[in-house]
Parts: sequence; structure tokens; C-alpha cells
Amino acid sequence: MARSVSTRRKLITTVFAWAIGIAIFFPILWTILTSFKTEAAAIADPPVWFNFDWTVENYATVQERSNYFRHFMNSVIISGGSTLLGLIIAVPAAWSMAFVPAKRTKDVLMWMLSTKMLPPVGVLVPIYLLFRDLGLLDTRIGLVIVLTLINLPIIVWMLYTYFKEIPGEILEAARMDGASLRSEIIHVLTPMAIPGMASTVLLNIILAWNEAFWTLNLTAAKAAPLTAFIASYSSPEGLFYAKLSAASTMAIAPILIMGWFSQKQLVRGLTFGAVK
Amino acid sequence: MNTTFRALMGACALAALATGATSEIITVATVNNGDMIRMQGLMDDFYAKHPDIEVEWVTLEENVLRQRVTQDVATKGGQFDVMTIGTYEVPIWGERGWLVSLNDLPESYDVDDLLPAIRDGLTVDDELYAAPFYGESSMVMYRTDLMEKAGLEMPDAPTWAFIKEAAAAMTDKDNEVYGICLRGKAGWGENMAFLSAMANSYGARWFDMDWQPQFNTEAWANTLNDYLELMNNYGPPGASGNGFNENLALFQTGKCGMWIDATVAASFVTNPNDSQVADSVGFAQAPDNGLGPRGNWLWAWNLGIPAGTQKVDAAKAFVEWATSKDYTALVASKEGWANVPPGTRQSLYENPEYQAVPFAKMTLESILSADPKHPTVDEVPYVGVQFVAIPEFQGIGTAVGQQFSAALAGQMSAEQALDNAQKLTEREMMKAGYIK
Repeated sequence: MARSVSTRRKLITTVFAWAIGIAIFFPILWTILTSFKTEAAAIADPPVWFNFDWTVENYATVQERSNYFRHFMNSVIISGGSTLLGLIIAVPAAWSMAFVPAKRTKDVLMWMLSTKMLPPVGVLVPIYLLFRDLGLLDTRIGLVIVLTLINLPIIVWMLYTYFKEIPGEILEAARMDGASLRSEIIHVLTPMAIPGMASTVLLNIILAWNEAFWTLNLTAAKAAPLTAFIASYSSPEGLFYAKLSAASTMAIAPILIMGWFSQKQLVRGLTFGAVK
Repeated sequence: MNTTFRALMGACALAALATGATSEIITVATVNNGDMIRMQGLMDDFYAKHPDIEVEWVTLEENVLRQRVTQDVATKGGQFDVMTIGTYEVPIWGERGWLVSLNDLPESYDVDDLLPAIRDGLTVDDELYAAPFYGESSMVMYRTDLMEKAGLEMPDAPTWAFIKEAAAAMTDKDNEVYGICLRGKAGWGENMAFLSAMANSYGARWFDMDWQPQFNTEAWANTLNDYLELMNNYGPPGASGNGFNENLALFQTGKCGMWIDATVAASFVTNPNDSQVADSVGFAQAPDNGLGPRGNWLWAWNLGIPAGTQKVDAAKAFVEWATSKDYTALVASKEGWANVPPGTRQSLYENPEYQAVPFAKMTLESILSADPKHPTVDEVPYVGVQFVAIPEFQGIGTAVGQQFSAALAGQMSAEQALDNAQKLTEREMMKAGYIK
């Protein structure tokens, strides 16, 4: 009896989880399907699901019209660069907060997080003027700096949480064995925090890859990443939904594939320390 | 070693020379619409004529583009050398010295060939600050088969009373056919473009000569009540979220009897590849109420050169090429006359081949009937048919649009929406110093 209830519960939970999963994934699925339709089929009412003339014409048009590879490389460099720079700054910061906390450490952490509460548009003009004067407009290095600063609070917070789970005695033992601070962080702390750091890296790459406000406002032709690539296919006068969907699919495909292959690591990292 | 060193030096010298001979790169910011994309495909002609200039495109959605170029031109960011800007921006930016004057374009450009209504909107103190790439007005697009079935005949220049009668006769909600489709989505360039133009034909205006808002007048009440009556009785469901694209999709799939919107839509609805009703579309001028002005707007996408650019000559060469008669002929030879950017030059409408295009005549008549300097019955202190060419208008127009869109969605009455519009416009105009 108990077993049958358990199976039923499992079934309900599974169905519920699948329903939520499908609901979350549906917009992406619909975008992918639309990218293979003609423009006329894309606006058909009632909508057509699979029974349409499949075409790759939209991908050919997008490829012909835009330099996808340049946008892709910009996205890779900007998201990768900002993540790397963020880690270089955040690892020592999180270490000091986790293992050598001061009286105001918690306040500093809260203050760092509070910077995320400021609407970005509020500082757009000052940052634009700074970038103009420093010659950083439409440069990849400029975007790496901005995205690092934006995501730094999240990286520090995540790393701080993971580091707190590591017993301080292990680091103390390393110190007693004569390890320098640098060796302690690189050779002792980092290997133990790998799952947490991996998920931090992955999450940060995803956040930087999808960031649209700054990447659209601070770039023109040279440093524009895939967010600008998608925006170039949006049109208020003219139905180009199929082409827009093709461009969107091309833009999200790399991050979708990366997320798919690293989902175990991502979940492991995000639930690290959640159950004690 | 010596030979290697010399070879290296030679290579460096050659590289330096090659660098010196490389072309000048200009960045053009533009919107994603059919005409602009077509131009990007025809750039070989420009490069053949100007081998020393290279063009980099930044294509953005209209609202994003507007924000980006405004920010760049106001801060002299120097990101763009040529900007695609609307008729709303040109007089404001020109007056502030943000744009390079185009008065020195060569005689062969034939600036006098530009349609006066369009040219006037781009001129400040006799200085032309942008060259029109394509112009548009608004008109009635209707289903000839449904009109015939309803036993009515659309006049070339209908009245609002006729539109109401036709909408009632064409509506067949059981079969998802709605008599009329109009913009309902909030925004100064969305529902307010339509409603401001409609209001002109009802004798309403945004401001009197002392910049006092006029939403508390009978003319505005009549405008909004008639709009709501049309849409609530004969419009599609969920119309408060419909803009150009949503109505285009409805019309192309046979769900609208009539659609009053931009003349540029004509080429979409008559294209058999995309439209299910391509062979049964007729055109008429925007309606009036017998007061003089019709309910049509006037808009142009133009190419302007920001004052902050260091590449004025190259930018001018591009603007001249893209808005020339030769470019029109180039598009016609490659893509056909129906795809030529419309609404900017008189010579295009004198061309017999272009006259054969079904919507050419109505587009020209619509453009010529709009007068941005005298948009409505009474005198006004502003320029613009469906907008008011002051910097504050974007914010005010959108806020008023939200009130009217809410009225269409049934969230408030027409009286309440007009009252709110009056109050918020008064407040903003007071804040901006136009009134005390």
C-alpha cells in the first residue's frame, strides 16, 4: 500500500516536473520551430506546429546578411574575459571574507549586493561619458570591464558561500606546513572549491552572454556581441519573425549546448552546501 | 642577416603604404526594415563609385536605435557617421546644431526634386539637415471582395461616417472577420500616431497657441469616442496590444476588412508570398470629417550626419548616393519598381513605370495632403502632423497613449482617459516651462 502511494507520488512529481520543464523550455522550442518556417507560416493563425514546409532559408539569409562569427567571437571574448577578470578579483576577496572576517564583513557583502539594486539606466549617461573620454566605446575591453563590475557582487557572494563550507582547519594545516598565502589559495582552497567555482563560472558566463542593456548601449559595429546581432533582426514595421527566430536560435545555441553538457556541474555547484 | 633585415624593412614600408591607402570606414546606424536591408544588398554599386569608402552597418530595432543615436549625438560620442533618423528628430536636432547641414550637396543631387512636404519637415532656417530615404503617410487599405459583398463602394477619399458604415457591414465575428483594425498599443509612435492624425481631421489639436493642452475639448472627446466605438464594435479582440505588425498579420491572414496605417504596408499586403489576400486589396485616402485635414500622418526615415563625426565628406558621399535618383533607378533595375523606396522624390511619381504600381498614386496623394506646418483646423504653435516636434513629446505622447490604450482595454472611460491626459500633459508642460 505504502509502495503504491510512493509510486503515485513519484509519478505526480515527475509529471509536475516535466510540465514545469516544458513550460520553461516552450518559448525556446517555439523560437527554434519558427526559425524553420516561412514568414507566412510564422504568422499563421491557428499556429502550425510541425506540419509546415521546413526550410533553412532563414538561416541562409541571416548568414548572408550578418557577420555571425564576429558577433559570436565578441560574445565569447566578452563573457569569457569578464568571468576571468571577475574570478581574479573575487577569489581573494571571498577568501578574506570567509576565513578572515572583519567586524563589518557582513555589511560589506550586503553593500556589494545592494549595487545590483540600482537600475542600470540610472548610470548610463555617466558611464557613456566616461567611456567616450577614455576611448572605450565600442571596444571589447570596455565591455569586459563593465560586465565584470556588474557581475562581481554575484561572484563574490557565490564564492563566499562555497568557501564558508570548507573547514578552516584544512587551510590552517597547510599554513603550518609552510604554505604561503598564494599556495594556500591556489593549491589548497581552489581544488576543494572546484564544484562551486565551476558553477560560478558557468553562471557568470551565462549572465554575461545574455546581458543586453550594456552591450547594446556601449557598442556599435566592432565590439557588438550576439545580443546586438539579435536586436538587428527586430522590426516594428514588417513581419520578419522567422528570420528573427533564426538569429535568436543561432545566438542562444552555443550557450544552450554549453549548459546542456555542464548541467551536472551546474546543479552540483548550485546545491553545494544546501543540504547539511 | 643584412638581407633579412632589408626584406623586413621593405615589408614594413609596404605595410605602412598599404595602411595609408586603406579605405575610410564610416559607420551607419539604421533600422531593420525592408528598404534599409535592400540597400545593404546593393552596396556594390556604392563601392564601385567610392572605392575609398567602406561602410559598416549597425542595424537596430527602431526604439533602441532612437535611444542609441540620441545618446550619441547629444554627447558627441562619435560612434556613428551617418544616422537613420525620423522626421520628429531632424528639426529638434538641427536647431541645436547636432547635425551637419546638407545645403552643399551637388546640383546633380537635385534637391528641388524632393517632395515639398517631406523637405519642409527636414529644413530648419533654410538649412537641410537630413536627406529623406523613404517617406510615408497613412491610408485606408481594404478588402475589395468584402466591400463588394457588403454592397458598398469605397470612395477615393472616404469620410469617417462611411468608414463606420463599412466597418459595420464587413464585420463577421463568427468567421473572425473584423470590420476595422487600428493601432491600440500605447506609444507616441504607436496608437498616438494614429489618434493624433485622426484628431486633426476632427478639428482637435494637442496645444493651443499658448501651449495649453487641449484634451478637455469637444473635438478630442469626439475623436476618442468614435475611435473606441469603432474598435469595440468592429475591431479584433485584444486590440489594445496591437501595433503595426500585429495588424499586418491580421490583415494578411484575412481577418481585417479595413486597416488604416502606414502607406509602406501596401507593398506587404499585396505581396502574394506573404499575404493571403494579396489579390483583393484596395486603397483609399485616410478619412476626413469635412473640416479640411484628413486623418493621415506624414513620416520619413532620413539619413543625417551627426556634428561629432570626423568623416563628413565620406558620410556625405554615402547620404548623397543612398537618397539619389540613381539609387532609385538601381533598385528598380534589380528588384522592380514596387520595391523602390517611396515618398521622397517628385520625379519618381512622374515616372510612367512607377505610376503602374497599384499603390503609387494613393501614396503620393496621401503624402501631399499632409501639412506638418498646418496639421489641423486651428492654428498651432508646433510642427508635426502626428507628433509635436518638441523634445518633451516622446514622454508626453507615450503617457497619453497609455491612457487611451487603457480606455480601449476597458480599464477606464473615455472621459477619464481624456481627463488624465489633460492633467499629465499640463503637468509636464508646466515642468518644461511652456506654461505657468
